[in-house]
Amino acid sequence: MSTHAIKLSVNGKPYERSAEARITLADFLRHELGLTGTHVGCEHGVCGACTVLLDGRTARACLMFAVQAQGREITTIEGLAGAGGKLNVLQQAFHEHHGLQCGFCTPGMLMTLTELLRDTPDPSEVQVRDALSGNLCRCTGYGGIVAAALAAARSVRGA
Amino acid sequence: MGARHFGARVTRLEDPALLVGAGRFVDDVKLPNALHACFVRSPHAHARIRSIDATAALAMPGVHAVLTANDLPEPMCTERIPNLMTNPAIKIMRTQHALAREEVCYVGEAVAVVIADSRYVAEDAVPLVDVDYDVLPSVCDCRDAVKPGAPRAHSDVEDNVAAFVRMEYGDVDASFARAPHVFEERMWLHRGGGMSMEARAVTASHDPASDLLTVWSSTQTPHLGRRMLADLLGRNLEAIRMIAPDVGGGFGPKAPFYAEEAVIPAAALQLGRPIRWAEDRREHFLSATQERDQHYDVAIAVDADGKILGVRGTMLHDTGAFMPWGIIMPYIAAVTIPGPYVVPNYRLECTVAITNKVPTTPVRGAGRPQAVFAMERMMDRVARELKLDRAEVRRRNFIQPEQMPYAVGLIFRDGMPLVYHGGDYPTSQRAALARAGYDGFAARQEAARANGRYIGIGIANYVEGTGLGPFEGVTVRVLPNGKVAVATGATNQGQGQRTALSQIVADQVGCRLEDVVMTMGDTAAISQGVGAFASRQSVNAGSSALLAGTEVRRKIIALAALTLGVPPDDIELEDGEAIARGGNRPRLSLGELARLAAGTAGVSFVAGQTPGLEHTAYFTPPQASYCNGTHVAEVEVDPMTGGVAFLNYTVAHDSGTVINPLIVDGQVQGGVAHGIGNALFEHMVYDENAQPLTTTFADYLLPTAMDVPTCDIEHIETPNPLNPLGVKGAGEGGTIPAPAAIIAAIENALSRFGVRFAEAPLTSERIVATLRAAGAYEKLD
Repeated sequence: MSTHAIKLSVNGKPYERSAEARITLADFLRHELGLTGTHVGCEHGVCGACTVLLDGRTARACLMFAVQAQGREITTIEGLAGAGGKLNVLQQAFHEHHGLQCGFCTPGMLMTLTELLRDTPDPSEVQVRDALSGNLCRCTGYGGIVAAALAAARSVRGA
Repeated sequence: MGARHFGARVTRLEDPALLVGAGRFVDDVKLPNALHACFVRSPHAHARIRSIDATAALAMPGVHAVLTANDLPEPMCTERIPNLMTNPAIKIMRTQHALAREEVCYVGEAVAVVIADSRYVAEDAVPLVDVDYDVLPSVCDCRDAVKPGAPRAHSDVEDNVAAFVRMEYGDVDASFARAPHVFEERMWLHRGGGMSMEARAVTASHDPASDLLTVWSSTQTPHLGRRMLADLLGRNLEAIRMIAPDVGGGFGPKAPFYAEEAVIPAAALQLGRPIRWAEDRREHFLSATQERDQHYDVAIAVDADGKILGVRGTMLHDTGAFMPWGIIMPYIAAVTIPGPYVVPNYRLECTVAITNKVPTTPVRGAGRPQAVFAMERMMDRVARELKLDRAEVRRRNFIQPEQMPYAVGLIFRDGMPLVYHGGDYPTSQRAALARAGYDGFAARQEAARANGRYIGIGIANYVEGTGLGPFEGVTVRVLPNGKVAVATGATNQGQGQRTALSQIVADQVGCRLEDVVMTMGDTAAISQGVGAFASRQSVNAGSSALLAGTEVRRKIIALAALTLGVPPDDIELEDGEAIARGGNRPRLSLGELARLAAGTAGVSFVAGQTPGLEHTAYFTPPQASYCNGTHVAEVEVDPMTGGVAFLNYTVAHDSGTVINPLIVDGQVQGGVAHGIGNALFEHMVYDENAQPLTTTFADYLLPTAMDVPTCDIEHIETPNPLNPLGVKGAGEGGTIPAPAAIIAAIENALSRFGVRFAEAPLTSERIVATLRAAGAYEKLD
């Protein structure tokens, strides 16, 4: 199995590693870099738990090889909080609106909504639900997640 | 004591770590020197194993071992996984071997395990393990399984009937003989999975210095798991520690003890290195337990006013290839059917069939969604035949609050008579109908029709046995730094138990919520434990938290009074301090008191002093508790596509006293989502050879954010007299009546075409096929 050198940036921090060509980005983040906040729920691109931002756009880390992230900027759930681990507006809204139960799908939910709220600062409920339709949650029934997204959008606009 | 936290809408203590990616799930536990496992699983639904040749796999670089049944330690290599749930009605009590020996009985059954440097290498080696199978006839459908001459699901059984249970009271045949109306229904509910977003995972490590075997498992029941593992390894219980750290959802299938939980620790012992295994989603579809396959042939006898005279019938339950949870699901279904109604005479005969499919164990609801579906669809039938309103038929049959406690006449799954203590069923339905705007629905439906739209409404009531014993303990201990340690055998897969138990304890010992240090899901934390199932933890662990907290409070006050020289009645507890009311309000912090209670080495206690500010309580409920509720679903159906959209979903829910409305709302909303999946989407399909066909989330659909409405929820709190908190349990009620309410609503929306639906899931294609068969498309405008 061929091994490749990889340089990439995760949450603003540069990394240089080598990895086999077949290692997925999700496994690379979790097991090579120790960033276990990104979760793997299906390994076939449906559940969305492994969603990260790749140069600012959402991507399924289970459907990419780590070598494909060569030279790219990646943001994971570990990169969302502010200084001293202070929850950002979206994370805080998840806390206040019970947007998580077991927390396993949460990383993907947060990354998907980070992209949505950046590109669509004033989303309708339908837009939020549409954005979330590629992320499965088995615990919450989505109500708290949708409420959190709308509250975070209001909060950012009000600020 | 002011109840500052109990009953309050407190945000969860679990959240912050999970929101920043700092949760610790089993596959996040990194151990030095660890190896990785991948299982060799049966590709056949039924086959004899002639031989296994691992030579080629072992020759692959990076492969350390291939273990088969004979390589496992005694007694695991020959003994089956211990049976957890006995019942005299069980004729064939069959559990799995950790690794199959001579025969495999479902696709996905574990046959061998490859241990390698990485999961990637282990997966490479799996196809090189050459298993020579002699394929045997298999049986997939439980209706075929019980026919004479059917292929036998195990080669050494006489037939496929694993159990027969008759539940009966009154004289049901006499009630039917004199009834003016008898209506018969045939119904079918299909199996699906729990589908927690985290699949299963096991990591095991043996420390030779202490001889301690530590097992991290994504389980709902670490104490049960440790017991099973001790039996299978022939090890002392104390030489095994099982930890369920953060667990990414449970919903039932993480309650039974699995083959992988035996094999991975055995491999760690054998190889002397930590072993990690994380199930992938395909494996989860193949080998994690499922539930719901039940076929009903039932009849209801009513008088001219629609009052129930009797219910009788048969039910066939497909238990799959093994019975790791006994016959709990058919048993619970059989005693759940009468529900909130006065059913004077009753008989259900349940046949439990083994088939060559993955075993069944409870999935959120555990037999209750099927039972409620059967009963509620019969109530709809009565209304239709007698031209009565569906709500009115139910109203006429409710058990009234003044009839409580109400003995149904059956024995529940806890071994005690099925007796409802409290609950107000007429109020529940009234509240749900009012919130749902039921009275105005006919006008809405008419207006929709005028616009060419098809909308419908459905109602379902249920009573749910919850809070099963025997116990769940809680230890409360004040630490020298002033924090309060709480340890419990209760486990957390997202239900918010850490927050709920902290609320209860903080109120008792007078500390801040954030000063509670919780240890859950760890056998090292408390000696006895049971785990999460049957919506039981708030009843059991919640009550123990109250009892332990109250006793520690008494000890804190006694020590503070002794130390400050004031009567105990003058001490109040607030924000981590014991304060004397009089004088200049002298005070001692909880930390100072904990140090005093630890004593000074060699110095005798004075009279009245006791060691440590600590207490362990094990509350034992006298019987099961019974929740109830009403769901009202309002849907729009597109007859051209069979698509179903929710216009409104209303829930009235009585789970007794509410500890935290934020959490209970979340449990109900999430439960409804699961029920929507069961009603419309989740269909685990097998072919006639019992080969699973839906093994990805692209084939087996879960409800998405586009499918699940935000429910309108009303809590009706009738306190439960069976425990000191008054709670009943809230984890499953959201799921149980949802298929019945939703499918009734779809039928109502399409009533113009006269179509009937008696199955779940009711997928879009089934709706379209049914409409087509009814000639609906010729009648469409």
